[in-house]
Amino acid sequence: MFVINCPYCGERDQSEFSCGGEAHIVRPKQPTELSDDEWAEYLFMRKNIKGVQFERWNHAHGCRKWFNMVRDTSNDKIHAVYKIGEKPPVI
Amino acid sequence: MTKYRINKTRFVDQTKTVSFTFDGKKYHGFEGDTLASALLSNGIHLVGRSFKYHRPRGIMSCGSEEPNAICQINDNTDLTEPNVRATEIELYEGLKASSQNCWPSLNFDIGGINNLISPFIPAGFYYKTFMWPKSFWKKIYEPLIRMSAGLGKSPTQPDPEIYDHKHEHCDVLVIGGGISGIISAKIAAKNNLKTILIEDKNILGGSTIYQNNKNFVIDGQKSNEWLMNEISELEKLDNLIIKNRTSLAAFHSYNYLLAKENISDHLPLDKKNGSIRQRLWKIRSDKVIVAAGAIERPLIFNNNDRPGIILANSVKKYLDFYGVSTGLNNIIFTNNDSAYETAVSLFEKGISVKIVDIRKKSSSNIVKNAEDLGIKIYWNSTVVNTFGYKKIKSIEIMNLSEDGSNVTGNKHKIQCDCLSISGGWTPMVHMHTQSGGKLDFREIDQVFVPTEKSENHINVGSCNGDFELEEIVKNTNYKVKKFLNINEGGFDKISVLCSKESEKKNIWLLPNTISESKTKSFIDFQNDSTAKDIKLALREGFKSIEHVKRYTTTGMATDQGKLSNMHALGIIADTAGVKMGTLGTTTFRPPFTPLTFGAIVGRNVGKFFDIVRKTSIHEWHVQNNAKFENVGQWKRPWYYPINNENLHEAVQRESKAARDSAGILDASTLGKIDIQGSDASEFLNRVYTNAWSKLGIGKCRYGLMLNEDGMVYDDGVTTRLGENHYLMTTTTGGAANVLSKLEDYLQTEWPELDVYLTSVTDHYSTASICGPNSKKILNKLFPNKDFSDEAFPHMSYQDAIIDKIECRIMRISFTGELSYEINVESKYGKSLWENCIAAGEEYKITPYGTETMHLLRAEKGFIIVGQDTDGTMTPIDLQMDWIVSKKKYDFIGKRSLYRSDTMREDRKQLVGLLTDDPNEILEEGAQIVSELDKKPVEMIGHVTSSYFSPNLNKSIALAVVKGGKKMNGQKLFVPMENKNINVTVSDFIFFDKENKRINA
Repeated sequence: MFVINCPYCGERDQSEFSCGGEAHIVRPKQPTELSDDEWAEYLFMRKNIKGVQFERWNHAHGCRKWFNMVRDTSNDKIHAVYKIGEKPPVI
Repeated sequence: MTKYRINKTRFVDQTKTVSFTFDGKKYHGFEGDTLASALLSNGIHLVGRSFKYHRPRGIMSCGSEEPNAICQINDNTDLTEPNVRATEIELYEGLKASSQNCWPSLNFDIGGINNLISPFIPAGFYYKTFMWPKSFWKKIYEPLIRMSAGLGKSPTQPDPEIYDHKHEHCDVLVIGGGISGIISAKIAAKNNLKTILIEDKNILGGSTIYQNNKNFVIDGQKSNEWLMNEISELEKLDNLIIKNRTSLAAFHSYNYLLAKENISDHLPLDKKNGSIRQRLWKIRSDKVIVAAGAIERPLIFNNNDRPGIILANSVKKYLDFYGVSTGLNNIIFTNNDSAYETAVSLFEKGISVKIVDIRKKSSSNIVKNAEDLGIKIYWNSTVVNTFGYKKIKSIEIMNLSEDGSNVTGNKHKIQCDCLSISGGWTPMVHMHTQSGGKLDFREIDQVFVPTEKSENHINVGSCNGDFELEEIVKNTNYKVKKFLNINEGGFDKISVLCSKESEKKNIWLLPNTISESKTKSFIDFQNDSTAKDIKLALREGFKSIEHVKRYTTTGMATDQGKLSNMHALGIIADTAGVKMGTLGTTTFRPPFTPLTFGAIVGRNVGKFFDIVRKTSIHEWHVQNNAKFENVGQWKRPWYYPINNENLHEAVQRESKAARDSAGILDASTLGKIDIQGSDASEFLNRVYTNAWSKLGIGKCRYGLMLNEDGMVYDDGVTTRLGENHYLMTTTTGGAANVLSKLEDYLQTEWPELDVYLTSVTDHYSTASICGPNSKKILNKLFPNKDFSDEAFPHMSYQDAIIDKIECRIMRISFTGELSYEINVESKYGKSLWENCIAAGEEYKITPYGTETMHLLRAEKGFIIVGQDTDGTMTPIDLQMDWIVSKKKYDFIGKRSLYRSDTMREDRKQLVGLLTDDPNEILEEGAQIVSELDKKPVEMIGHVTSSYFSPNLNKSIALAVVKGGKKMNGQKLFVPMENKNINVTVSDFIFFDKENKRINA
């Protein structure tokens, strides 16, 4: 169980958080304009990288805020946390 | 003193006798003994039968690595515990232990026949043999195998003991209280770091605490005496917590560790006084120092499993720590120097001892010491066989060839009653690898040692591959200082004298004169896997170490291969001709030693197992004989039986009453989300399939919520309380998930929207009154209010006051009847409910539960999300096209409704089903077919809801059927175990199709 530095609350145990999968997948602004394949790309396709991954996390049992996190899935090292809307750091 | 208790030590109090029973017979030991040392002091070696061949097995070690001495403790139905290691149980008055895996008795075990037919039970025997005939597996093979397999007996009654959890934070956690752990803890604690030292034994000091050999000297004192002084110094330190009887279970990432403390297992039953049995420590430590030690390896030779064959260092511990000799005529069989310490100890106590060493020579101090004492040493020799069925009687040895691959010369037989074996040492790298650390293979002494990479933990002492006293002390001091960034450790000027090993030799599988297929060289003693099993697996094509492990079950017993893994690897490497280092190890998973379920769950048992949510009206339901059903964590009244009614009878009565006069339902559990903000209407437009902008203030609307994949996710009625204020209701079970989903969209996709969501589920209680007389009841409750259809139409809301309590009344209906929902602050819920019951008395108002609610809505064809849907149903599949806005540009899930898959016409679609026999009630979940004779039978759908409708006087059902929309009137079949039920597809609105009753 790792320790996550919530950008709003500070360091808390992982058990307070839930993971929302890959980050920076923006919901298309005009879904009706998309082909089935383009829509399916948004809807279903997610990366599952062994290594550095950008993820969405929610401080579900805390401030309930969503934020982004850069985590190395091979060793759980957390490289950065940042608020929604902030620019992703270069890792 | 008994014949075998030959020594007095400071660790066992021989003035305090403790009596215990083993296999029903009474014995005596002393305070400080383990069950194993007490049994050995009574001359008992045979303690169990092996798993597969039922061979007699004896105590083999003195710690958690013990593969043979596995016992059942206690014989009562609630406290009995299987698979406990006799080497770890501290003796207490009245302890009852028995051996496992033997029938009818330990001394005469009928399963021993397996030993005679063992040539026919190779690795994979069970996989290969019990495949056919297939029908035999369940009724014959499995019960037989299970009966003869010895995994002890589970308790049959609930565990009465108390278990506890504790969270702890510290600067430094030291795992292991041997000499390196003690040095580490002292350096840390003396430098003002909050330190915890955990040790799984009851006494600190590891193996040094009984090391009284004159060759091991620290600062001019014998190493055991020096360490005793260090421990008494350590115990005076303020910022150090020492936890004895505490074993590390798991080392997770970010230095999060679990340790199990035994608090009262060592106490007699009458002295526990309701004490907590075990406590699970959840420790988050800034730095971790692992000083877990090493485990002695056995040697692998023919018949190396007889009772009386014991690891050499364990023999020394039984002698120097417990004062017990494991035999009076000892032979030591070794490939290294450490066993010579055992030989010297035995000799000094006047016990006969000889040594067989596979090396050609060794000139270290300790070997010289043994030679000077006149102990006979057979150099360059190996044991090729052992004799004695229930206890070892003699061994045969031969000389090794030049390269060690074969034996030469004549067999030489030597009598003995105990054979101490030592194959070197295996560092306990489990903790290191659990935390994600990697290993390097060290060729010179054939060990895997930790690769130091982590900034947050280090390994010191023998678990790091430092085996000699001098390097243990000096390296520990150096590494800990560097790790903790400390200049002065207090051990900088220490002087250490010890014997140093120069000659090293290792043979994983010792050679023999007879062919391998006729030998039994055990590797995994607990699971009975032998060297030839491993070679067979390799011959049969298994290459990966993980596969060989599973096929032969090597390392898969309760000891998790603490003694066997290295030899299995070594034999695989030798046979396959690869280097150990490239082979790697199997994965070491937590827990290091078995954990009790009690320790894992702690206090979260019984009523603390899960949260129970009750409405404010709950007491009334209880008093009125409600039967409850769990909906999520909520307790909801299911039905209210009167005069021994069963479920069916009560539901028929309640359903009839609700339609004939009036019914009342506790609807407080529905999820309620308060939505405010200037963009609230726009927000609802985006999350529901239908349009919300034009909903007037004071009006209610039913909404359907989809997932982005177009599948129905939740539904409920939302009321517009004000210009920028809505109250959304959700399904009872979906409330929390809906709120999370809405928050997700608000925060991440639409942060520009000015909308605030608050869960108010628990803030309001709701009484829902329905039926033709409901309006009259409302009139009585609120005499000043106009309930005419003009003043208070269907799908609208008004505020009202009852007994000075503010209420929100919604005129909405889930039953199809004229219906009102009255919401009050939860604290007034019960009084509101009682007022409603009183006002409804003259109309025989009938409380009804969830079952009647389900029946009434099914009569009307209203879906329940999660019952009639399963995450694969679109609103079009549910024939709810009317609620999907064509005008809105976008809402969650809209695009998915136009995917080729969701537009297929043969998707499962919601239909009504009527049974040809109106009294036949279908089973929910039953499969539906269109043709009975066609094979294979194609399932075209299933029943989702089914009831006997008292208002229609016939059975009705909802179902999902492929292409069902176009099947109205078609005959289908529901095949059951004993019969086929004929059904006809119908409209799914069964009752009051014109919706007249809503304004009745």
